[in-house]
Amino acid sequence: MAGMIDVNDLHVTFQNGGKPVRAVQGVSFSVGDGESFGIVGESGSGKSTVLKAIAGLIPSESAGLLVNGKPVSARRAKEDRRQLQFVFQDPYASLHPRQTVDDVLREPLIIHGIGERDEKIVGAIAEVGLSPQHRFRYPHQLSGGQRQRVAIARALILRPPILLLDEPTSALDVSVQAEILNLISRLRKSHRLTIILVSHDLGVVAHLCSRIAIMQLGRLVEIVEANSLRTGQVRQDYTRRLIAASRGFTRMTG
Amino acid sequence: MSETLLSVRNLSVAYPGRSGVTHALRNASFTLGRERLGIVGESGSGKTTAGRAILGLIPKPGIVMADELSFAGEPLLNRSESDWRKLRGRRMSMIMQDPKYSLNPVQRIGQQISETCRLHLGSTRKDAEQRSLAMLEAVKIRDPELVYNQYPHQLSGGMGQRAMIAMMLVAEPDLLIADEPTSALDVTVQNDVLRILDDLVTERGMGLIFISHNLTIVSSFCDRVLIMYGGKIMEECAADDLKKARHPYTRALVAAAPSLDEPRAELATVVRDPAWLA
Amino acid sequence: MTQSLVQWLQDEAPRSRKQAALGNLFRAMRAVVTNPAALTGLIIVTLLILVAILASLLARGISPLSQDLVNRLAAPSAEHWFGTDELGRDIYARTLFGAKVTLTIVMLVSVVVAPIGLAVGTLAGYLGGWVDAMLMRITDIFLAFPRLVLALAFAAALGPGIENAVIAISLTTWPPYARIARAETITIAKSEFIQAVVLQGASTWRILFKHIVPLCLSSVIVRLTLDMAGIILTAAGLGFLGLGAQPPTPEWGAMVSAGRNVILDQWWVATIPGIAIFIVSLGFNLLGDGLRDVFDPKAER
Repeated sequence: MAGMIDVNDLHVTFQNGGKPVRAVQGVSFSVGDGESFGIVGESGSGKSTVLKAIAGLIPSESAGLLVNGKPVSARRAKEDRRQLQFVFQDPYASLHPRQTVDDVLREPLIIHGIGERDEKIVGAIAEVGLSPQHRFRYPHQLSGGQRQRVAIARALILRPPILLLDEPTSALDVSVQAEILNLISRLRKSHRLTIILVSHDLGVVAHLCSRIAIMQLGRLVEIVEANSLRTGQVRQDYTRRLIAASRGFTRMTG
Repeated sequence: MSETLLSVRNLSVAYPGRSGVTHALRNASFTLGRERLGIVGESGSGKTTAGRAILGLIPKPGIVMADELSFAGEPLLNRSESDWRKLRGRRMSMIMQDPKYSLNPVQRIGQQISETCRLHLGSTRKDAEQRSLAMLEAVKIRDPELVYNQYPHQLSGGMGQRAMIAMMLVAEPDLLIADEPTSALDVTVQNDVLRILDDLVTERGMGLIFISHNLTIVSSFCDRVLIMYGGKIMEECAADDLKKARHPYTRALVAAAPSLDEPRAELATVVRDPAWLA
Repeated sequence: MTQSLVQWLQDEAPRSRKQAALGNLFRAMRAVVTNPAALTGLIIVTLLILVAILASLLARGISPLSQDLVNRLAAPSAEHWFGTDELGRDIYARTLFGAKVTLTIVMLVSVVVAPIGLAVGTLAGYLGGWVDAMLMRITDIFLAFPRLVLALAFAAALGPGIENAVIAISLTTWPPYARIARAETITIAKSEFIQAVVLQGASTWRILFKHIVPLCLSSVIVRLTLDMAGIILTAAGLGFLGLGAQPPTPEWGAMVSAGRNVILDQWWVATIPGIAIFIVSLGFNLLGDGLRDVFDPKAER
């Protein structure tokens, strides 16, 4: 199986007040074409950092970071940018406050010199389940769920083969989360997308992804199938604790 | 359950605004004994407003109305601010979502907890310190002496929330309102904090109102659950029976949450019926 | 008709980019107009502009330069509404024409200060590293110049005049703007909507000018409006010292200066232009305060 994304021995180190903080240490995995891969972990596990390193948003070191078979680094050519796009966690922070939906969707088309912009914008708006009347609204005129739909439309308008999602629903209500998750799985099929989804919520990751990496304190704990998470057939203790915790509160009896 | 701690009948909260009145809470009625009552709902459902109204914390120009709102037999409506101050912290307390915003950043943890003791229990300095240390130990903080002398920013989220619980429970209130107390915490820490809360509430026979958006936590932690939507209580049911809930909104919420145990190809979306708010 | 226009502007679902932009402008304008302080400021500033444009019309044909030595230092009368000065020139006409001079200074300073401040600040904030260090040290150097002393030096080197006064004022005014723009840029650059355009492959220039500058603009405009009072006062001060506008140009500061010898006997010579300076400064301050309330994102809802 040709890897769509290959991560080999990835390290990310931040400088925090002169002290180096090793946020990601020696993480390796491979995501196949059309696969949906999940990364779960608690805060400080480095899960979002891995995603940002793949996107080239932060500098990283590795023994090889391949996107669609091609080695990439943090400084990327414009063409490489079309390989993958990102959906951020906070729908309130990921849209420019002074730009309408139309402006937001037009920008990538202008940057890459793509024509038939109006048709593409109208198409993208319809595709994520927004109506034409949302086209010229500003972010403050949209709800959280609608903003996240705009963010997804922005990510997909360049037709990238890969979509990276960083906690796309953790700022949303359960009912809105369900709508966005349904939208993501529908678009994944229709666009034949390769997906990496980062979340702290095992339920969300298991719902959307077939293979899941568990991270703790910057390291990869293990990679399991979604079904193994459900049946509890996992090797590591930490994974078991995560599964137990996600089932809710257990009262000690006796 | 025998003793009614809190009795609420037709409690409403309204905010007059430029474009008309916003009804944040409409005719909510429930009672609370020495038990764990959960309130679940999405944002804007009025769950936090309900908690704040009980504690007299509705900011102006909000209007609070009720046919009955009484705590241990005493009416709570139209109390003076000084009356409230005696009541809050002593007999009823609240834990907020993020300890970072609820703890004073420039005061040591210990100071803040013993301050509560001295204020509400009239303890001496020495006694207050001992009570505070004991309380920090009760919330399973390993090194109470160390944490006693630390500032809030030196604590992790879980530790901060424990310190917050210690501060709120040191005066041994009868009623505790916890508003999303574990939402800012990691899942594995969440359970530890919930366990501490559970033990303390059970041991001391307190009444607890647990406000959360998380159905899984509420149904596993509480005895009874109120489900709120658009400022109204949709339904009240035993926590164990949440999966067998009758109201379409509750059922839709349960079906909308992706679950590890019940994989679904497609998540149910909530179709809202205006009749629910009629 | 007006009803439907307002409805069109307030439409929550605009049908074109123009309607969306105009609707946004309408909301901002309405916020300014419903804020009493901002409205007062706006009226004063609008009056200043109107007076400057229509000065010769409003002056009833009296030239601000024509002398009438027989009627020098005449008290306000039906013929000379604000009286005459030591050369018998009509103070009413001179005050009106003085608005032209003040408006010129205000516009020239804005045109120089805002772009320099924005460019230096956003570049330093976005690029960081040595560019930031270098640009901000230059900013510090300019910030250390005493404004009047620099103006004196300019006047000595290049000769007194409005242009040189404007240059001197501008050179000492832009550094705080660079600092504001830099601080805002650093916050904005970290935000996810900027990261999103980075991921789309936008160039640094495009990110700076299309995405960051528009967001810094509002605080720069607010600051500029608030500073305007100070700029007008400095220009008047330079005029008073004889380093700004040169005679016979009707400049308010120079007019106050000319009137100071006779302030006890012929109070109107210095008082009238003084009142003009006061009102215009107040107007800009009120407008600036109001704009800050309007642009404040915390107040936005």
